[in-house]
Amino acid sequence: MTTAQLLGQDPGWLIAVKAVMVFAICVLSTLMAVWTERRVLAKMQLRTGPNRVGPAGLLQSLSDGVKLALKEDIIPAAADKVVFIIAPIIATAMCFMSFAVIPMTGVVNLFGRKTALQLTDLPVGVLYILAVTSIGVYGVVLAGWSSGSTYPLLGGLRSSAQVISYEVAMGLSLVAVFIYAGSMSTADIVGSQHQHLWNAIVLFPSFVIYVISMVGETNRAPFDLAEAEGELVGGFHTEYSSLKFALFFLAEYVNIIAVSALASTLFLGGWHALPGLGFTEQWLGGWFTLIWFFAKVNFFFFIFMWLRGSLPRLRYDQFMKFGWKVLIPVSLIWILIVASLRVLQQEGAPRSAILAFAAGVVIIVMAISSLVERNKEKVRSADLPEGEAPNFPVPSLPNVQSINVSGGK
Amino acid sequence: MLTIQTPEAVMFWFLAPLAVISAIGMLLVKKAVHSALLLAWVMITLAIFYIAQDALFLGIVQIVVYTGAVMMLFLFILMLVGVDASDSLTETIRGLRPIAITAALGFGGLLVSLIGRATLGREAAGLVDANSEGNVQALAKLLFSTYVWPFEVVSALLITAALGAMVLAHHQRSVPRATQREQAIARFRGASLGSAAGLPNPGVFARHNAVDVPALLPDGSAAPNSISATLKARGDMLESTQFELSEVDNTVTEEK
Repeated sequence: MTTAQLLGQDPGWLIAVKAVMVFAICVLSTLMAVWTERRVLAKMQLRTGPNRVGPAGLLQSLSDGVKLALKEDIIPAAADKVVFIIAPIIATAMCFMSFAVIPMTGVVNLFGRKTALQLTDLPVGVLYILAVTSIGVYGVVLAGWSSGSTYPLLGGLRSSAQVISYEVAMGLSLVAVFIYAGSMSTADIVGSQHQHLWNAIVLFPSFVIYVISMVGETNRAPFDLAEAEGELVGGFHTEYSSLKFALFFLAEYVNIIAVSALASTLFLGGWHALPGLGFTEQWLGGWFTLIWFFAKVNFFFFIFMWLRGSLPRLRYDQFMKFGWKVLIPVSLIWILIVASLRVLQQEGAPRSAILAFAAGVVIIVMAISSLVERNKEKVRSADLPEGEAPNFPVPSLPNVQSINVSGGK
Repeated sequence: MLTIQTPEAVMFWFLAPLAVISAIGMLLVKKAVHSALLLAWVMITLAIFYIAQDALFLGIVQIVVYTGAVMMLFLFILMLVGVDASDSLTETIRGLRPIAITAALGFGGLLVSLIGRATLGREAAGLVDANSEGNVQALAKLLFSTYVWPFEVVSALLITAALGAMVLAHHQRSVPRATQREQAIARFRGASLGSAAGLPNPGVFARHNAVDVPALLPDGSAAPNSISATLKARGDMLESTQFELSEVDNTVTEEK
């Protein structure tokens, strides 16, 4: 029985229970994610991180949330009131909606019924996630516009341009997965990886492009130009306070977890165990698969934190150039290669022909990359123009007439 | 005969009035952004209708392409134009209104006649038949076999439009843009090092740190480029000499 058929048998009350469970999982994992991020970042920076509220500071994000909710809710006089209120709601609601098609467990027993922890399985499930995220961008854009102030407007524009451009790269990186799995449904893609190798290995370039563009799409460091504190105060949410700000905060983290969940579903085999540990999938009546799923999600979340802890922010034009001139062309070429290989395979071409094609592609890629490398060498070894030795102006200190800083002369 | 199930009917009678009201509202609201938002909402309701009628792929693509990309770009431009720029109703191009009305009527007539030709006097094949080999697969088959020519023509049209927009927006640089590396070298190898580290902050021996008082250079003279050009143009610049202390004791008392 396919997952779609299995889910089709769910009665209404079970669907409602699962919806509540998915919601609770999202909110709880946001609370945990904030705490984990602060602790892990602190470790990377040789600090302790939150350690006062609850054991090991575990309740810190909860108390922060309560504090945030009790703060004064300010709506600026220049704001467009209706849109100002709708924007955070759109942003948050859309993040939660993308979780509907993520398969979190295999077949499990829930209140006496056989089902899977996945709200629904659409034949175009992954496209559905892209659609929902693209509506989520409205939250950011409208927040920026409706605040009636310059920094949020610039932040909103930046972040929407960023999300849209990186969504193109993300969508293209998914095409190879669709071609390989022969389906756009999340459950089917998980199933196809269980039969073959993980997509992260087979479609490694797609995996790399997806991971890069998922960081770009969630506005996280080193791509957090939309909230660049040094330039834009806080970006699109500068004017937001109290619960509305909390909603944006929630949306950001749920979004991170959602893209991580999608990454584990599409590339790391979803809720299936690591190869060779398949027997664990039966533990706890199948619920152990939830642990496998979240282990993979946390792996991606750790990458997010690691990037934030180690990389400086990119310049905006370099960032856009990278998205449009590197990621998108590379993924287009990769799709072409994958599609050609797939057609060769389906048309029953001899193994030697497929190998020859692959070898040809590898040789061309190597030739291009060595040419590019040589060009780079040329730029690096260019001579610097000669100039006068610098002579620094110095303050006229009492009793000191001048200081020779250029040494020797 | 088509059968309509109750949930579908309930959804229709709930969403359809909303869609119609927002479509009318789109024409009536004053701010362009509100108008765009209402249009986006109409598109989303349309997508929900498609999905409810088993055209899953069409519904999702409607959201991704129209709401997510086209409408977003539109919103983008509206925002760049200005937050409180209200629409002016004067015609910028002469005779635009009659042309627009003619084009709208013509397009409407074309749509009505085409849809009429496709539906009147024909028996609907039914969704079960159309989706027999999967919704996406059936669509792909039609798009890449029967309708491949119109599909290609439309894509050529879109590419031409995109190229046209790029040509119109393009402007030729006479000199290549200096890279960050070249700029840094030029800054340090240039005649003056004064600008190498950015504009001066309040000076070393500054007597005032307000933004409208120039910083002092090491030799005690004022640094005019430490003041924002806007303030300078407005004439809101104070002299730093007036904050000078009457007597500065420059002697150093030796410690015992």
